[in-house]
Amino acid sequence: MRIVICGSVDDGKSTLLGRLLYETDSLLEDQLAALASDSRRYGTQGKDLDFALVSDGLSAEREQGITIDVAYRYLSTAKRRYLIADTPGHEQYTRNMITGASTADLAVILVDARNGMLVQTRRHCFLAALMGVRQVLLVVNKMDLVDYAEETFRAIERQARAFALSVKFETVTVIPVAAVTGDNLATPSNRMRWFAGPTVLAALEAASAGAPAQASALRYPVQWVNRPNSDFRGYAGSLASGRVRPGDRVRIYSAGYPAGRETSVTRIVTHDGDLDEAVAGQSVTLTLADDIDVSRGDLIAGMEDGPGVADQFEATVIWMGEEPLLGGRGYLMKLGTATVTAVPSAPKYRIEVNTFEHLAAKTLEANEVGVCNLSLDREVPFDPYSKNRATGGFILIDRLTNHTVGAGLLHFALRRAHNIHWQALDIDRAARARQKGQQPAVIWLTGLSGAGKSTIANLLDQMLFAQGRHTYLLDGDNVRHGLNRDLGFTPADRVENVRRVAEVARLMADAGLIVIVSLISPYRLERGMARALIEAAGLSFIEVFVDTPLAIAEQRDPKGLYRKARRGELANFTGIDSPYEAPEAPDLRLDAGADSPETSAAALLAHLRGKGIAE
Amino acid sequence: MKTEALKQALDKHGFDLAFGGARRDEEKSRSKERIFSFRSAQHRWDPKRQRPELWSLYNARKNIGESLRVFPLSNWTELDVWRYVELERIPVAPLYFAKPRPVVERESALIMVDDERMPLADGEVPEMRVVRFRTLGCYPLSGAIESDAKSVAEIIAEIQRLRVSERQGRVIDHDGAASMEKKKQEGYF
Repeated sequence: MRIVICGSVDDGKSTLLGRLLYETDSLLEDQLAALASDSRRYGTQGKDLDFALVSDGLSAEREQGITIDVAYRYLSTAKRRYLIADTPGHEQYTRNMITGASTADLAVILVDARNGMLVQTRRHCFLAALMGVRQVLLVVNKMDLVDYAEETFRAIERQARAFALSVKFETVTVIPVAAVTGDNLATPSNRMRWFAGPTVLAALEAASAGAPAQASALRYPVQWVNRPNSDFRGYAGSLASGRVRPGDRVRIYSAGYPAGRETSVTRIVTHDGDLDEAVAGQSVTLTLADDIDVSRGDLIAGMEDGPGVADQFEATVIWMGEEPLLGGRGYLMKLGTATVTAVPSAPKYRIEVNTFEHLAAKTLEANEVGVCNLSLDREVPFDPYSKNRATGGFILIDRLTNHTVGAGLLHFALRRAHNIHWQALDIDRAARARQKGQQPAVIWLTGLSGAGKSTIANLLDQMLFAQGRHTYLLDGDNVRHGLNRDLGFTPADRVENVRRVAEVARLMADAGLIVIVSLISPYRLERGMARALIEAAGLSFIEVFVDTPLAIAEQRDPKGLYRKARRGELANFTGIDSPYEAPEAPDLRLDAGADSPETSAAALLAHLRGKGIAE
Repeated sequence: MKTEALKQALDKHGFDLAFGGARRDEEKSRSKERIFSFRSAQHRWDPKRQRPELWSLYNARKNIGESLRVFPLSNWTELDVWRYVELERIPVAPLYFAKPRPVVERESALIMVDDERMPLADGEVPEMRVVRFRTLGCYPLSGAIESDAKSVAEIIAEIQRLRVSERQGRVIDHDGAASMEKKKQEGYF
């Protein structure tokens, strides 16, 4: 049985846990000896053992007296084994609590008897409930410091019970405890005879383990297609929920098949021979009656109560990255066994984890929780998280650093993608381009402010115009007067700025124009996104790096912006207090620090001539 | 010693992943370990910047030169391992079973005298005792325990009875409370 325990140092969480291990003989002699030695060195309990030190595994944690990371502890009773995720309670460690709660069957939440339900207690309840934990044990600790008074406990109990039920816990048990002396932990307290309920250990033993009943439908995410030779094709994976037997009719859910494809299971193959049945948690290989194309990321489900298939979602996102979430940026998304690219919108709102208010937000910082729309690059099978954790919970990975930067809970699919069809136009791009007698393209000039982008773009525009080409110049400054007047210069706004310019450039090129974009566009990922967008439409994208060193651009400073930024009057200025990520492999690099704008424009024209875009 | 050899082998063959049998119940810093644990190109572990692991979704992405240590048995306990050995009848090294062996006692650890490579201190005389190893590590830094457990079933009974932890015999664990953490940061499993 998996438990998450939440509370802060001040609530005596580690003391409770250490004491519980001690009382159940789960702490061994040499560990006790180490504890005694650590207690003398770092302890806060005088000559007594400081049980808080049992679970603080890292030296920095012991020295600073704080728990930084989730620690896993084991406790065995005659009935079963417990895996306990011990998570820090402070708001800046919300992501650790979320991690511990993601797999928990039950949450133990500590309340200090002197303080009652605090803001942080409500936060712990909210987060545990958010992550799908349905059973909670509220431990009212430090009863020794309120003279074991029944009325104090009853008042907290009423408050706690009302609140815990409001966040949709199914069972709520409230127990008065003195962890420091072990009262009501493993043995009933002599000092609180007025309490007729269970001890903490008895309550744990009585709780139910495993997935809640609503997750009983078969979900089998295909992890690997095993095809050693032409005689065998099996689908390996672990049952996320439900059970399966040979002969069962099933449906395969995958991109393009929202209703699934029907077939039946022929065999359940394992290393130790075929099975008559497989249940949730088992890793097996299934073979199917029909020759259906099935690949990793597809979902095998029963005939009833099937999953959805979609590429647009609303989801709760818990941000964990050091850099904030950027709406419009592409992240890798892992959902079940599928890995896709997901672009979150800017948050619809952020949920204040202490008051549960919905606040307006443009980004999510680490440990913040919000609701976003997500747009995926292909359809995936899914369930709402409230229905199935395994098929509704996902992680987001930063494509450059490879860090896990977010976790998410799917709410529902946005039907938009299915209901809004692409209207086919009778006059297509080729016809428009033919009429203009040219090859449309997007020429994307990136570089620092003052690098010379606009001057070069303007010269190129004149040369192409003189050749009779149909062109348009999208200038970064100009679009901010209209199309993008609502955007500022924060990272989130810069990402959206680039996205909109890329979409407009695509429409213009689709109309047959040669589009010159002059835009700082400081991030590699978004320039990559612009390229992907335009190339996916079958159009040429030419990335031109106008490479002027910062020192020269700053010396030129045609708009006086560098001087302002240096004086601190202009925040988020690229090159000064906002990064510029130079292209690693541009189609063309212009040495605009050394060469004149005329020389650079001529070099660019020559490049376009080589591509058949200019003469 | 093991750390350097391991790092050299990983560098030589350029492995993306190395599987290990480490478990969270063994030791404090291992209790903070991930199942997919990221290592820098220098094989370093940064315990304060570990990737969050939610549900059963593991992030195995890395750049060239970096690697992952993968611990599939993270949530098993010593008892689980022996029960599994019994269930699947897995052969195990004979040093895990009790037998009369020549040992010397050093700082309360029973160090086995295998052969003439084991340097004896002045006045040390090996004596025969019935011992077994609960954990096998570097020589001569792994202590044996006195035990009569000659079969897997007897080992399981013994573990349930024992009041000391599995790694109690590992001399290097006791260099200081943070020594496993330090070794792990340097690239130890």
